[in-house]
Amino acid sequence: MPPHVARRLRTLRRTEDNRVLGGVCGAVSRATGIDVTWVRVGFVLSCIASGIMVFVYAVAWLMIPLEGQSTTIFSRAIKDKHGIRLVLAVEVPLLILLQIIAGTLHVAYIGFISWPTLLAAGLGVLIWRNADEAEKDFIDHEVVPLLGNDFHGQRRHLLILRVAAGVAIGGFGIALLVEGHTTAAALRPVGGAALLVAAAIVVFGPWWLTLVRDLIAERQARVRAEERAQMAAHVHDSVLQTLALIQRSSDDPQNVVRLARAQERELRAWLFEGHPPGVISEDATMLAEGIALLQRQVEADHGIAVQVVVVGDCELDEPLRALLDAAREATVNAAKWSGADQVSIYAEVEPETVELYVRDRGQGFDRASVPEDRRGIAQSIESRVTRFGGEAVIRSAPGEGAEVQLFMPRRERVK
Amino acid sequence: MSSSGEGSLIGGRPRIFLVEDHAVFRAGVKAELGDAVELVGEADEATAAVELISERLPDVVLLDVHLPGGGGLAVLRGVLPHHPEVQFLALSVSDAPEDVIDVIRAGARGYITKTISGPELLQAVYRVAAGDAVFSPRLAGFVLDAFAHGGATPAAGLDPELDQLSPREREVLRLIARGYTYKEVARDLTISAKTVESHVSSVLRKLQLSTRHELTRWATDRRLV
Repeated sequence: MPPHVARRLRTLRRTEDNRVLGGVCGAVSRATGIDVTWVRVGFVLSCIASGIMVFVYAVAWLMIPLEGQSTTIFSRAIKDKHGIRLVLAVEVPLLILLQIIAGTLHVAYIGFISWPTLLAAGLGVLIWRNADEAEKDFIDHEVVPLLGNDFHGQRRHLLILRVAAGVAIGGFGIALLVEGHTTAAALRPVGGAALLVAAAIVVFGPWWLTLVRDLIAERQARVRAEERAQMAAHVHDSVLQTLALIQRSSDDPQNVVRLARAQERELRAWLFEGHPPGVISEDATMLAEGIALLQRQVEADHGIAVQVVVVGDCELDEPLRALLDAAREATVNAAKWSGADQVSIYAEVEPETVELYVRDRGQGFDRASVPEDRRGIAQSIESRVTRFGGEAVIRSAPGEGAEVQLFMPRRERVK
Repeated sequence: MSSSGEGSLIGGRPRIFLVEDHAVFRAGVKAELGDAVELVGEADEATAAVELISERLPDVVLLDVHLPGGGGLAVLRGVLPHHPEVQFLALSVSDAPEDVIDVIRAGARGYITKTISGPELLQAVYRVAAGDAVFSPRLAGFVLDAFAHGGATPAAGLDPELDQLSPREREVLRLIARGYTYKEVARDLTISAKTVESHVSSVLRKLQLSTRHELTRWATDRRLV
């Protein structure tokens, strides 16, 4: 090999951003200056002409490092004893079997096509097991679905397509065989081959099954590891950060409560309701959701605990949104003026109406003697709900806390 | 020995047993209850809890719903058949409706969340020790929700009374859900505090004895939201 070619080969790198499988065509394209599309077309054509190219591709995938890396997958695969054993265990019996079938039937092209494809598949397994995390991720999410390996979900049609193709090819093969041997007696070799296949399955089947199970277990372990990593990331981003903040503001009890409540709610939403942290929708469509949102915002803005109990649920329409606005004002009002450390919200959806109560155990007030600005708030709470045919009642006495009762008839009635 | 909760309370502090697997929380509860109660023991998992409770027979067991070794349910099932006089107050951080409904149906006299304040916790303990039921606003909300869908078909041959809340019971529960104390409920409905207690106890009984399969279904439905 001339030295400059060797040097060029050493500097060959599989491309990361422009790849369909392993980025090998990208690497060739970059080294030769030929457009990657032409390289791919050429590669696919040569694969059809000779199965050997599939094998060559897999070898290249193993041997050429990824961009920005100096180690190859091969350097790791060679140490992967378990993986190599697994590949050998499946491939050697299969290859022997194919060779025998091809020999008995005198159809050389079976061996011709299957040898390199099988070997490439073996290398594929090694690649999958030994690629680094980022590439594994790419394979799992981009390449494996191409094989139609995802049986649950939208890829079903791919499976059907594959089965159809398999049946067509199989039918074609049988037709060829029958045509080549016109007498029934000459079909014996086919029977023999079938028996051989059956024998191989009987002998090696259980073993293969355990190997497949191994593979599945490995895949599940990987999924679990991914989940764990996500969980750890979330706990770090939210819980640990909040704990650090709490430690720093230990001399400000109200802030500690606010932080703890906010964190608690986020964690709860994540653990029990399945909302991914940090992406809770700011726009509610259901009443209970809207109240939870209100709770979150008031707690965050005013450092006060809001206790929520909702019975029943229904979709939010315009009047109910007005009801929520009124409830928000009442809650904020209580948070600001009552002096209580907790506000309770109770909402109940009934067939004809929705009722909502905002209650605090603070200092309370006498409605006749409240200052102008607070009276304004009370009025605006009322006007919000009366506009839609609702009703607001404010009950309070000095020293007894306050309760704002809101009623809204439902537009869309349920049976 | 006087075995009823009320009997042993006269002139004394309630004897408390704490079942909780988080050491930090255990320490917090102990600090909050302080000298107002007599702590007779603690356990951090179900099997040990059953053994110790059966031996020491406290007035009230503060029971964490989520516990290694079968959860709070295992403790309830291990103790109550042999010692029905022991009262249980369930504590949980989860608020998952099915957990709550399960422990109540297994015999707990009340349910409170772990964010409850110290004085409220103490009040709840005293109330349970006296044989009454403790409904937090949230539990009241759950019960209202679970019994809300009226016109249910009660299982044949069973007391239909058990499957419905009386209008008065609903009123009491709604006020509790709104954050009213028992005393405030009594004043609002102009009934005696004792009557409020009896309504709440009756709701608790219905909750425990009702065979409405809606209860279970409701709890599982809620879980899936």
